[in-house]
Amino acid sequence: MLEKTGVPEPEQVKMITPSDVRFQKGPVAVVECFQNIPCDPCRYACRQGAIKEFEDINDLPVIDHELCNGCGLCISECPGLAIFVIDASYSKEEGLVKLPYEYFPLPGQDEEVTGIDTEGEAVCSARVVKVQNTKALDRTPVVTLAVPLQHVMRVRSFLRKGGEEHGR
Amino acid sequence: MQKPEIAIVGGGPAGLSAALSAVRQGAEVMLIDRDPALGGQLVKQTHMFFGSKKEYAAIRGIDIPGKLLAALGEEGKGRFKPVLNTTVLGYYDDGVILADKEEQQAMLIKPQKTIIATGASEKMLPFPGNDLPGVYGAGAVQTLMNVYGIKPGTRVLMVGAGNIGLIVSYQLMQAGVEVAAIIEGAPKIGGYLVHATKVRRAGIPIKTSHTIKEAYGNKSVEGALICSLDENWCAIPGSDLDMKVDVICLAVGLSPQTELLWQAGCEQKYIPELGGYVPLRNEKMQTTLNDLYVAGDVACIEEAGSAMVEGKIAGLFAAADLGYDEKVEERFTSFTSELEELRAGPTGAKIREGLSRLNGGAAKC
Repeated sequence: MLEKTGVPEPEQVKMITPSDVRFQKGPVAVVECFQNIPCDPCRYACRQGAIKEFEDINDLPVIDHELCNGCGLCISECPGLAIFVIDASYSKEEGLVKLPYEYFPLPGQDEEVTGIDTEGEAVCSARVVKVQNTKALDRTPVVTLAVPLQHVMRVRSFLRKGGEEHGR
Repeated sequence: MQKPEIAIVGGGPAGLSAALSAVRQGAEVMLIDRDPALGGQLVKQTHMFFGSKKEYAAIRGIDIPGKLLAALGEEGKGRFKPVLNTTVLGYYDDGVILADKEEQQAMLIKPQKTIIATGASEKMLPFPGNDLPGVYGAGAVQTLMNVYGIKPGTRVLMVGAGNIGLIVSYQLMQAGVEVAAIIEGAPKIGGYLVHATKVRRAGIPIKTSHTIKEAYGNKSVEGALICSLDENWCAIPGSDLDMKVDVICLAVGLSPQTELLWQAGCEQKYIPELGGYVPLRNEKMQTTLNDLYVAGDVACIEEAGSAMVEGKIAGLFAAADLGYDEKVEERFTSFTSELEELRAGPTGAKIREGLSRLNGGAAKC
């Protein structure tokens, strides 16, 4: 249970997962925010109007996956680091997971890393496709990983192989 | 004796916002802080803030003082006077403040209005070995890491899964320090679940219904015994777990720093939901003493976002009572609705309950 462990339940994730049809059309944001807290920056980050206006600042974000173009501007704007962009149309075998990553050192492009899930467990090997760390991201770098297609909704962070890093 | 129109004690989020609000009205403000830089606890909050985009959400805490100070410099020209490295020691019956500047000069200040924004201090947890070196408050760990760049140790047991425990655990990981576990006595995580998810996917286990039994070690912490709790918060026999850690970090809540309010003699009430003894105040953030206002954690342990809005209200009325009353009603309405919005959700339930008890179950604050 999320309130006890910090790990979202599969049913909760299912509720916010875009449709297969939408996934096949290209990149789309997945908002893994399951608790009503007073927070609204994601709605102002979205320039497509995909994240609907909040009636109350405590509302959960509601995203229209059809309007979302997967631009990823919301990723580094979410204080909870709870937004990911998934591109399941990347190739026949692989999909892309764009995630916020606030640890140093940042990985290099083409680096092989271990994709990990919401419990911190290793899921699969993953390849770093892109690392963005522009001024606009304001110290929340965004890393794009290529992972086996079946794992795009599981991989939510990664560990670099070999060498100690961020307390692991 | 210095005689500013308004003196504010404490330059954290509440005090800085109060100062800005008051100078915007046209008042003259002296802001007194014991630290060498303004910002209070913001100076070590490296994470992005939650809350309203209008009110610094998605901005890192460390960047907020700079923004407020820039506005104060611009709008408070000649009317904003920060007094740093200065600790306020006393508040006397006649409204005189005694302060100690840089540990060498006593200052007497007689403001017309005073806003107390002294924040809170960390709570301690009683257990054998809690006096060993290596047992820290979460605030100290955060100061060491994020202000001075010093790692507190190599492997940490975090006690408390409120927002502070979760955030400091995340920042420990960022600094390259291992967090063995976060334990929490309550059956549920108290902090925001997105923070919990963030540390969980970094591999830190969160153990709810767990507490620390003792810390052990020769000259400093070498480990901790933890155990599980049943639904009555009683230790479950045989559930002990030995954790080899060199740091035990306590994030078990905050107490309002109300010492100056006790000296001043304004009325206070014990409200557990708000963190302990807190001052009675009206919707203007005015205490039972006419010239004394409060804002932020000293009034109620809450998020920095709410502290800033309380500061705006206190600053507005301290200035308005001196005659700087331009657009008071309009601004008050807007600040109040901001505050109500921040407290409206399920995470604000405890605060709403506490405020309603503080006001004798009547009006909202």
